[in-house]
Amino acid sequence: MVKKISTSLLLVFAAMMIHGTGWAAEAVTTDTGTTSWMLTSTALVLLMVPGLAMFYGGLVRTKNVIGTMMHSFAAMVVIGVLWPMIGYSLSFGPGILGGFIGWDPKYFMLQGIDETIMSTHIPEYVFAMFQGKFAIITPALIAGAFAERVNFKGYLLFIALWSILVYSPICHWVWAADGFLFNLGPKGAIDFAGGTVVHISSGVTALVAALFLGARRGYPKNVMHPSNLVMTMMGAGLLWVGWFGFNAGSAIASNLDTARALTVTQMAAASGAFTWMMIEFLHHGKGTSLGVASGILAGLVAITPAAGVVQPAGAFALGAIASVICYLAIMLKGKLGYDDSLDAFGVHGVGGIVGAIFLTFFIRPSWMAEAAGKVAGGWTVMQQLGVQATAVGITVAYASVVSLILLFIVEKTIGLRIGENDEMSGLDHSMHGEQGYGLINPN
Amino acid sequence: MKLITAIIQTDRLDHVREALIQADITRITVSRVAGHGRQEDIEYYRGQKIAPSLLPKVRLDIAVNDQFVDITVDTIIKAAKHGMGEIGDGKIFITPMEECIRIRTNERGGTAI
Repeated sequence: MVKKISTSLLLVFAAMMIHGTGWAAEAVTTDTGTTSWMLTSTALVLLMVPGLAMFYGGLVRTKNVIGTMMHSFAAMVVIGVLWPMIGYSLSFGPGILGGFIGWDPKYFMLQGIDETIMSTHIPEYVFAMFQGKFAIITPALIAGAFAERVNFKGYLLFIALWSILVYSPICHWVWAADGFLFNLGPKGAIDFAGGTVVHISSGVTALVAALFLGARRGYPKNVMHPSNLVMTMMGAGLLWVGWFGFNAGSAIASNLDTARALTVTQMAAASGAFTWMMIEFLHHGKGTSLGVASGILAGLVAITPAAGVVQPAGAFALGAIASVICYLAIMLKGKLGYDDSLDAFGVHGVGGIVGAIFLTFFIRPSWMAEAAGKVAGGWTVMQQLGVQATAVGITVAYASVVSLILLFIVEKTIGLRIGENDEMSGLDHSMHGEQGYGLINPN
Repeated sequence: MKLITAIIQTDRLDHVREALIQADITRITVSRVAGHGRQEDIEYYRGQKIAPSLLPKVRLDIAVNDQFVDITVDTIIKAAKHGMGEIGDGKIFITPMEECIRIRTNERGGTAI
């Protein structure tokens, strides 16, 4: 049994080595089952973006709800254009500049993949679009840190630059077949569905942006109530549902690995929400809806890098650990006084780091055995921990430094922080000339 | 005692609120309302005459003792105005107020405000 699993794992990882590039264009047939699931996953991951818009939109004040939801939708628009044009090539093309980033002219506008069926038996179009959804949601996550106070045009420029100069390089290192983190250690740094690429990169950028732009006017003296927690709950629900595509789709298969990823995703989300609710019962005596939503996200973020390697018990533990540490991080934010408005760092940055590091202690034995078989002298948990810490450290360092430079450039050119008058009027009026919640008006 | 009712633009709410707090007028009631002012252009829709559409506004209700009427009104005018003043900036109504009662203590009159 163990042998069977490890053999199938080996096959999958061998397949993953190849799918990342799509260079080999030998005649492979389409597997309709796998393709169907990957098409579904692609749609599910895009569903997370309006989910995020609702989650964030419900948490800001009434005057900023449209502006905040537009941050998510703008990512669909801007990255939706950039990704097929250059993003896919920069991320999954063969490494250039010493492996710093990928590039292959044939991927420009996806022109070279019109006929390509990948070795995973799906058309490369499906893989490119699936990955494109990850590229869309990642910069949208950052917006939670600087909600209610950024210039819309500055934001557009920032996410475009960030996607090219932060997301694509990290994505290339971690997921492309020739990426150096993909090949670190016997079986690479473990990042199944985007712990470093998506959550740590966006979470750390969120913290840098919150510090760089400064707090909202009146923070923390004035209480800033969420405009609509009902919408936030619906958003959290959509994120949970979409996450099955995010994680179970990342197996680029429709098999045992897909089932494993889906199972641990479900368990970690529930465990995270349960833990957060228990902490609130102990701490405040009441379980809040925002607490449950935050716990769901903390659990989902933590399982994201781990969904391919941990077993259900590990998923349960990761969800719980993530909720405890994220809860502490958000309390610490209050003490330190920086304004990560919607806790993009507190949940995605911290939860991502917790997942990427702590997953090491819950890796299924067959994976470790296989890793040990690849190097002389075996492979221990502590050695893999070193690989994970390296991947996390590089992501944190690279994302924070480059993001700081980009923030500085955008602030000095178009301007990112809006003026006091515009901030008081709210983003909806000052940036979009619209207002949310139109239905509460008589007509 | 007077009841001051102000109808202002939604995007000036925080400006007015903060200015009032600065002027020590802290007891206010705010509601979201809709209405239209002097809009003479009757709209046509597929040949039918229709009334102009309602626009969202913010309404502030502030009960004050007589000596605070001027400072309240001046503060609202200053903070609610867009630039040098634009159509739609709003209106202020002042009405005499017969009585004011604090529910908690049953206190009446000027001290209850």
